[in-house]
Amino acid sequence: MNVTRRKFIQITSAVAAGIAVSGMGFDLSPVRAYALTLKTKDAKETTTICCYCAVGCGAIVHTSKDKGRVINIEGDPDHVINRGALCSKGAALSQLAENKNRLTEPMYRAPNSKEWKKVSWGWALAEITKKIKATREATFTLKNAKGETVNRTTAIASVGSAALDNEECWTYQALLRSLGIVYIEHQARI
Amino acid sequence: MTNHWIDLKNSDCILIMGSNAAENHPISFKYVTMAQQSGGKVISVDPRFTRTSSKADIYAPLRSGTDIAFLGGMIKYIFENMLYNEEYVANYTNASFIVNKDFAFNDGLFSGFDPLKKSYNKSTWTFDNDENGVPKRDVTLKDPRCVMNILKNHYSRYDLKLVSKITGTPEANLLEVYKTYAATGEKGKAGTIMYAMGWTQHTVGVQNIRAMSIIQLLLGNMGVAGGGVNALRGESNVQGSTDHALLFHILPGYLKMPSSPIQTLAEYNKLFTPVSKNPLSGNWWQNYPKYSVSLLKSYFGENATMNNEFGYSLLPKTEAGQSYTWLDLFDEMYKGSIKGFLAWGMNPACSGSNAGKVRKAMANLDWMVNVNLFDNETGSFWKGPGMKPSKIKTAVFMLPAAVSVEKEGSITNSGRWMQWRYQGPKPLGNSKPDGDIIMELGNMLREAYKKGGGKFPDAVLKLKWDYMTDGKFDAHKVAKEINGYFLEDATVNNQQFKKGDLVPSFAFLQADGKTSSGNWIYSGSYTGKGNMAARRGQKDAPNNIGLYPEFAWAWPVNRRIIYNRAAVDPKGQPYDEKRWVVKFDGEVKDGKYTTSKWVGDVPDGGWYPLQNPDGTERSDGKLAFIMTKEGYAQIFGPGLTDGPLPEHYEPIECPVEKNFMSAQHVNPTAPVYGTDADKFASCDPRFPYVGTTYRVSEHWQTGLMTRPQAWLLELQPQVFVEMSEELANFRNIKNGERVKVTSARGSLECTAVVTKRFKPMKIGDSIVHQVGMPYNYGWRWPASGKEESANLLTPSTGDPNTRIPETKAFMVNVSKIKRG
Repeated sequence: MNVTRRKFIQITSAVAAGIAVSGMGFDLSPVRAYALTLKTKDAKETTTICCYCAVGCGAIVHTSKDKGRVINIEGDPDHVINRGALCSKGAALSQLAENKNRLTEPMYRAPNSKEWKKVSWGWALAEITKKIKATREATFTLKNAKGETVNRTTAIASVGSAALDNEECWTYQALLRSLGIVYIEHQARI
Repeated sequence: MTNHWIDLKNSDCILIMGSNAAENHPISFKYVTMAQQSGGKVISVDPRFTRTSSKADIYAPLRSGTDIAFLGGMIKYIFENMLYNEEYVANYTNASFIVNKDFAFNDGLFSGFDPLKKSYNKSTWTFDNDENGVPKRDVTLKDPRCVMNILKNHYSRYDLKLVSKITGTPEANLLEVYKTYAATGEKGKAGTIMYAMGWTQHTVGVQNIRAMSIIQLLLGNMGVAGGGVNALRGESNVQGSTDHALLFHILPGYLKMPSSPIQTLAEYNKLFTPVSKNPLSGNWWQNYPKYSVSLLKSYFGENATMNNEFGYSLLPKTEAGQSYTWLDLFDEMYKGSIKGFLAWGMNPACSGSNAGKVRKAMANLDWMVNVNLFDNETGSFWKGPGMKPSKIKTAVFMLPAAVSVEKEGSITNSGRWMQWRYQGPKPLGNSKPDGDIIMELGNMLREAYKKGGGKFPDAVLKLKWDYMTDGKFDAHKVAKEINGYFLEDATVNNQQFKKGDLVPSFAFLQADGKTSSGNWIYSGSYTGKGNMAARRGQKDAPNNIGLYPEFAWAWPVNRRIIYNRAAVDPKGQPYDEKRWVVKFDGEVKDGKYTTSKWVGDVPDGGWYPLQNPDGTERSDGKLAFIMTKEGYAQIFGPGLTDGPLPEHYEPIECPVEKNFMSAQHVNPTAPVYGTDADKFASCDPRFPYVGTTYRVSEHWQTGLMTRPQAWLLELQPQVFVEMSEELANFRNIKNGERVKVTSARGSLECTAVVTKRFKPMKIGDSIVHQVGMPYNYGWRWPASGKEESANLLTPSTGDPNTRIPETKAFMVNVSKIKRG
């Protein structure tokens, strides 16, 4: 179901009205409790840690078993730091994963071109490999002016990333250093 | 953070300065509020009255960039009122060390300054040593040349009137803050600091933090529950990415990046392995070769042997004395020497100081690879404002990355907790986890060098590169590599291990190639007991102070509060009996400890305390600060670029022509760049107002992950500039209208927010206005293209030690937009 925010407010207002009715003699709480479980009842449940600031709040991700996509993300009550609470960004986490603005294909912009072109992974990575190798070959310095062995290139630079997992960070820096890249920087410097 | 998030609740006084935690680390306030509920005080010091200020017991305004003056005044207050913890200062800090007689400080400059090089010769920033090279001490703290008296003398100049004149903080506010915070010097009381980029992004960034560290040491607040120095890191894994050395100057685990003169592993290890002849100094870095060799074994696997110095020559060497930081990187790119650029999970077109320079620099590249979740201002820089695509030669590859919930792996929070995440959905569309992209690219590069050869192919080909399982990046394999393995059968510390066993902790790492570890400080995170980061245990430690030792895993060795050996007296008994962190619980016979046992948190070294219960000194005890060579915390810090003690200097761009503290106007060692894009305007009538940047709760960093989201963009749709009612009135600006904010480097349109949160300040004899903007925006999202980055205004200068840019204090103008 594609619910816009306004529609969502309408629905929740209706629910609020329904609860108000219960004050007149009908107990709707079991119905309400059941209704709240419906969305996530058969979903795959995984835990995650919020990807924004470094408080490290826990969240629970519900993934639909038939569509394979996120249907809900909420604070993890068993996480000892946030105990289920999330901030505005954390509460909106599902919109990060399920977002029509996301990049879903590799894109290429040729020199002097005015537009992006969709390309395949195989082509993109092969081209990037050629570029890295060509630049490295053209600029690699085995020895500096003093004759000291330096085995580096200063013509390729990398920035990023605190958005990677630890294991990805480690692997990435190992690859960069094996290429002789020394301009290695990221968010921690700024 | 030396401590961790939950521990904030244990504090008697929380100073929040250089941070707006309520808005930028909202959940931290759960614990700030708990501290308040237990009677603790919260102090907010900020140029703007923020949501943090609104929850604080005390609020004090200050002008951006004057924190050292503010804190220097507190140091003077602590001395004047004798509020320091003398036992702690004498036993655990270098306050008792005797400083070189030629050390001097004169009118803003320390001894050894070379005005031509704009740098210091630090040969006088040293201590008098005995015949063993151990610093001489005066534990009575009476020697006029001991650190304590040099410190006292240095800050005697920071009197209330002068501090107020510089900071703009009224004297009464200063006194109230000083009195409240310094009260934590009492034994059994704890004060803590929460700071963030409000302290780091200055030409005196490191010294801001040093000033607070000195206060924490004087008050005995390091190592204790509710104490410490707590940097609130802004990105979910910026602690981990720093630990794993995605920075030019370090290797994983804070090992040093080798530079050109260090040609052999033997020289490298010798240079970075400190030697202390004081038997009481734990001097932990004496283990350096075990960590460096184990790292080389992880990098190069079987290709790293004793005979080839474990592959040391395969590592690139930086040029000695050359800086390769962010500012230098974009300066070189602007000048054209950098041809290829990987922007991985970053958005420098908006996050970089002097963003206009950064964007122009990118047009000089031959190629760029931009890996991200969304199209951003970096990948699409060639069609951004003012760019002519047909003139820009840069080939750009934009690769779609998976969101964190679509992959598996760990991240490390600000409290050093490594926490495991699991895969929920599969990556959307044809996006890929970063780990897969890295591995596939690595495979292709290795193939290219294997088949086609090239310059020095050995480094590429000899790298250990087996981190895939069934064609996919395997985070568990890397996590184990980071933890480390026994590579041969071995007996270490009386325990037997088989080849292939995971190392239980870094205490087992070896310098002879028998062990590997990709990052020694993470050794112990993935062991024979399993993946420690994935633990979910709810049980607290016996001291019941919120350590939760069975939940996730903290580096080092699951220690939750570092420097915790300073939370106890020399006999090993806690200064704070209620909120104790560790205590020595060994058996006692005739007034002497006879067995060794610590309880509580993992102690900072498991040695005996310095003294027995009867007060006699032990020869097998160790000093508290085991990561320093001498074993003492460094109030006097001889290792920095700009001085062993913090001193107030004005920001590079400031509203005052004279530094009221000395003849030295700005930090004499601050780096300044010289291209035509590096313009500065200090005390310039065209840019009369102090500018600063910050963030809003609803957007994250440059907003790249939040601006493309409907709810969050609706909550905070526009870049704005906040200003006082007085300034708005003076400039004839109405709340809600669009205005232009300009600096020497660029300009952007903002919505005016006229507010009581900013007030004009009295600085010297002048009234100074300050304005502030969130830097969460950029032209790519929202689609209007009109919400630009506040970093178009910020300067290319920074801290001389770290070169973190000075984006928190610069000069601007604000004007009405005259339309048609």
